[in-house]
Amino acid sequence: MKQHYTNSHRFRALALSLFLLCGVTTFSQPAVSQEAAIVKLTLKNHRFDPAEPHAPANKPFTIEVSNLDGTPAEFESKTLRVEKVVAANGTISLQMRALAPGRYRFFDDYHEDTTEGFLVVQ
Amino acid sequence: MLGALIIVFREVIEAGLIVGIAMAVTRGIHGRGYYISGGVAVGVFGACLVGAFINTISGAFEGVGQELFNAGILCVAVIMLAWHNIWMARHGREIAVEMREAGEAVRTGASTLMGLAVVVAVAVLREGSEVALFLYGILIASAPGSAMSLLVGGIIGLALGAFVTALTYGGLVRIPSRYLFGVTSVLIALLAAGLASQAVAFLEQADVITLLPDQLWDSSGILSDTSILGRVLHTLIGYSDHPSAMEAVIYVATLAVIALLMKLFAHPAPAPSAR
Repeated sequence: MKQHYTNSHRFRALALSLFLLCGVTTFSQPAVSQEAAIVKLTLKNHRFDPAEPHAPANKPFTIEVSNLDGTPAEFESKTLRVEKVVAANGTISLQMRALAPGRYRFFDDYHEDTTEGFLVVQ
Repeated sequence: MLGALIIVFREVIEAGLIVGIAMAVTRGIHGRGYYISGGVAVGVFGACLVGAFINTISGAFEGVGQELFNAGILCVAVIMLAWHNIWMARHGREIAVEMREAGEAVRTGASTLMGLAVVVAVAVLREGSEVALFLYGILIASAPGSAMSLLVGGIIGLALGAFVTALTYGGLVRIPSRYLFGVTSVLIALLAAGLASQAVAFLEQADVITLLPDQLWDSSGILSDTSILGRVLHTLIGYSDHPSAMEAVIYVATLAVIALLMKLFAHPAPAPSAR
């Protein structure tokens, strides 16, 4: 009897947790992708090209990073809030939300000394 | 060499802290050594797999496979940590009693060991996959001479990570055992909340969570979360120098849910209640 009581408690708790989790995922719907701008970056010899790409302000856009080096990289930016591994000779894309105008610093976390770049949003 | 050392050390701090906490929490439970080292081994193996198949993972789910994978395993860790705390709230006293009566090794705690082993595996896998990728990059790309010194740097970085584990463990086991349960419960709840908000950050990056995206504050000027102290606090209490509102909401919600469940499942007081 006691065991049963415990299990029903557990079940309720589990249900509550799942409910909370579902709440978060259903209320937040993926942004509809419009014909957004694409910012293309390549990484070669541990340098970004272009090192100062531009993006339109206040509208969503896509960042595409192609790694032409034979070593993996991690595209990272604190201010853009992204952190993503780019495999050797791989390409990743990132769906960015609308950004306020400004200069956003990014880099390859494995080669931060040579890979600094700035995304100019205007 | 120093660069490689710092990069590797930065990545292994989180795993090092978590392994140390898991070891302190399971002190005295029979067989914990197998579970924790098993967790580390699975984590290392998983990290190499992730490193090897990073391209496949990235390409999955329309390009957000990496984010979903990270968020997924972080959620598993959060659930296991919550489960551990709830379980200890119920059985902590039995363990303490058994420990006093039977000396050091007790069997009661075995069912929580698996959960913590999973947490250890997840922590090692997540941080380890970045280390694996970085070291792999060094091995194939550098000039023969420099590769060696970079590799040495990486290995020293790993050793320092193990030192963090030892420090964490050594610090925690100094706490008198009647306070230990309270301290580790708080520690684990904060750890879980921090990991939950990290999962949110990945889901935001994947555009799965779009609610409350605004940055709450920017304290990178005061304490950057890429500095060593920032990393430690990032792991221990989920410190972020630029959290989104949603991250904060989930952080608080995770703490609240764990506290609530611990209360709900707490061992009944010695005098049986009339319920």
